[in-house]
Amino acid sequence: MISEHAKQRMRELTQRYPAARSAVLPALYIAQEEEGYITSEGLQAVSEAIGITVDDVESVATFYTMYFHQPPGKKVIKVCNSISCYLRNCDAVLEHLEQRLGIKRGETTPDGNYTLQAVECLASCGTAPVLQVNGEFVENLTIESTDALVDQLDAELKAKKSEARL
Amino acid sequence: MPELVVTKDINVPGIDSLDVYRQHGGYEALAKALREHQPDDIVEIVKQSGLRGRGGAGFPAGMKWSFLAKNDKPRYLCCNSDESEPGTFKDRMLMEKIPHRLVEGVLITSYACRVKTAFIYIRGELALAAQQVEKAVKEAYDAGLIGQNILGSDFSCDVIVHRGAGAYICGEESALMESLEGRRGYPRLKPPFPAVIGLYGGPTVINNCETLVTVPAIVLNGGEWYASYGTEKSKGTRIYGLSGHVKKPGNYELPLGIPLRELIYDEKYGGGVLGDRQVKAVIPGGSSTFLLSADQLDTPMDYESVAAAGSMLGSGGVIVMHDDTCIVGAVLRANEFYRDESCGKCTPCREGTYWLVEILERLEHGHGKQKDIDLLLDVCDNISGKSFCPLGDAATSLIKSSIRLFRDEYEYHVTHGHCQVGPGAKVHAGAH
Ligand SMILES: NC(=O)C1=CN([C@@H]2O[C@H](COP(=O)(O)OP(=O)(O)OC[C@H]3O[C@@H](n4cnc5c(N)ncnc54)[C@H](O)[C@@H]3O)[C@@H](O)[C@H]2O)C=CC1
Ligand SMILES: Cc1cc2nc3c(=O)[nH]c(=O)nc-3n(C[C@H](O)[C@H](O)[C@H](O)COP(=O)(O)O)c2cc1C
Ligand code: SF4
Ligand code: FES
Repeated sequence: MISEHAKQRMRELTQRYPAARSAVLPALYIAQEEEGYITSEGLQAVSEAIGITVDDVESVATFYTMYFHQPPGKKVIKVCNSISCYLRNCDAVLEHLEQRLGIKRGETTPDGNYTLQAVECLASCGTAPVLQVNGEFVENLTIESTDALVDQLDAELKAKKSEARL
Repeated sequence: MPELVVTKDINVPGIDSLDVYRQHGGYEALAKALREHQPDDIVEIVKQSGLRGRGGAGFPAGMKWSFLAKNDKPRYLCCNSDESEPGTFKDRMLMEKIPHRLVEGVLITSYACRVKTAFIYIRGELALAAQQVEKAVKEAYDAGLIGQNILGSDFSCDVIVHRGAGAYICGEESALMESLEGRRGYPRLKPPFPAVIGLYGGPTVINNCETLVTVPAIVLNGGEWYASYGTEKSKGTRIYGLSGHVKKPGNYELPLGIPLRELIYDEKYGGGVLGDRQVKAVIPGGSSTFLLSADQLDTPMDYESVAAAGSMLGSGGVIVMHDDTCIVGAVLRANEFYRDESCGKCTPCREGTYWLVEILERLEHGHGKQKDIDLLLDVCDNISGKSFCPLGDAATSLIKSSIRLFRDEYEYHVTHGHCQVGPGAKVHAGAH
């Protein structure tokens, strides 16, 4: 559901810019925050706030890779596999993550916990290889530090789950 | 250690906050600009400094500002913080560590160019950078440094932080404006340059993040001071981002013209090649630039010298490869990027970047034929100069230069069915 508050934030955004349309990208981020990915309701809300058609919003949304069109995992791991990271053996990290999580790059684990993506240069080439978890950088990766990271993420997910049960 | 300009005080604890930034002379340049100079004076000072764009093309900043169309449309400024050229990681560092210097640069430039609305377009993936810049903007608003009648002057300006959403092409300035206007990031035809018809149709200044971060020091210390660093035509200092097979990768701010060898081998910078191996090749300015060979390490790293050596200084991202690197494999990886990031607007680039990867893949995996090497060059010819924006050309630089320098290694893949060096060589050698 897109809350009334979210819709209000979208409308306010249109006031920030010399032209309302400039608020499309930030409004799509709000829609994604609300529902985890871009749903048809999200597109509709953005379209109403900005005053352009739903198709128009969708055409913008599909151009940019940071909008999800399916629900992503709770932890989205993006491993850079561009040239500087390649020279520092990011492929080994990526393959290790594929094995450990039991999914290929581009996939989400069946329990909905992890999405693994191979992405392009994350502007962190001096600390390669690198990845981001939900937007946060983890740099100078080794197989060991990658394992430690997944252990930690597993623990976080487990804690969340038992919290939810209480 | 040469004097630092853009990265000065960058490691001072708390320098990302307004208070600490001010304790270290922050916003004095803005105050000086408003107190002592007319807008046009600042354009002159920056012209005199010789500052050139750090986004890649190296266009003189002051000259660009003086090209702004003189009409009654509102003028805009866009800071290009869409950093995504593989091998480049300087703008992210500046935004995360010293965001107020960027805000100050944006404000001074807006004053100089008579801009009342400035945008900072930050690449979507760089969440912390965006957070830091947003915080700095808010602090500056609260302190009367942004908004109405800045520091009691009659200069007023708003600053809006805008986040991208994942698309390399949006770093290209005309695509950036499309994106900021809420559309798909397809490049526009140039000319008209943004200085004439830009954002919302108004005359628009677009500069790279590092370019704008350099401005406060120039205003504070004078154009001549800045011009005393660097070379005759490439003045000042810039950040070199060193990555790949060096012992100490990282961002190093140095005067333009530092020899590539010094950057790679000096203990203060790269500290030498990993495993004390030999350099095989260097990409000097981000993955869109042409390879330099190991016998070109004495090239001074300024715009003219790197161009004379057959490449470009570009975004300053220096990527080093040692002698155990399979060139075909590395070029393949670099080209997957262009295939994935081609925006699809024009056919030569959209189709060409796809075919380049297909052919490189078969060569790398030992299924290529001799004629594939010339086919690569042929596809390159059908892209370069025939694409709508420079991304198409960029996709061909590494292929053309690597075939020129390492044709024998491409041929080795054809005749032997595996790599000459690197992990791909060992696997196959073991299997025989
Ligand atoms: N930093 C990064 O992440 C990346 C940087 N690049 C670099 O971008 C460069 C290409 O960028 P372009 O913007 O296409 O280069 P360009 O040469 O068209 O323009 C450079 C700048 O000067 C301005 N300009 C040029 N002539 C002008 C005139 N007559 N009047 C007013 N303004 C004028 C342009 O508007 C632009 O701001 C490449 O050299 C590449 O190195 C490419 C990819 C990524
Ligand atoms: C495909 C492509 C991507 C680009 N990406 C960036 C970028 O991420 N950051 C940047 O500052 N300039 C980038 N540029 C260059 C800009 O178009 C423009 O020249 C620059 O922002 C102007 O600022 P400057 O004069 O201060 O360098 C790119 C150019 C192309 C062709
Ligand atoms: S050259 Fe490539 S990136 Fe540029 S407009 Fe054409 S398809 Fe798009
Ligand atoms: S190449 Fe991986 S962060 Fe730049």
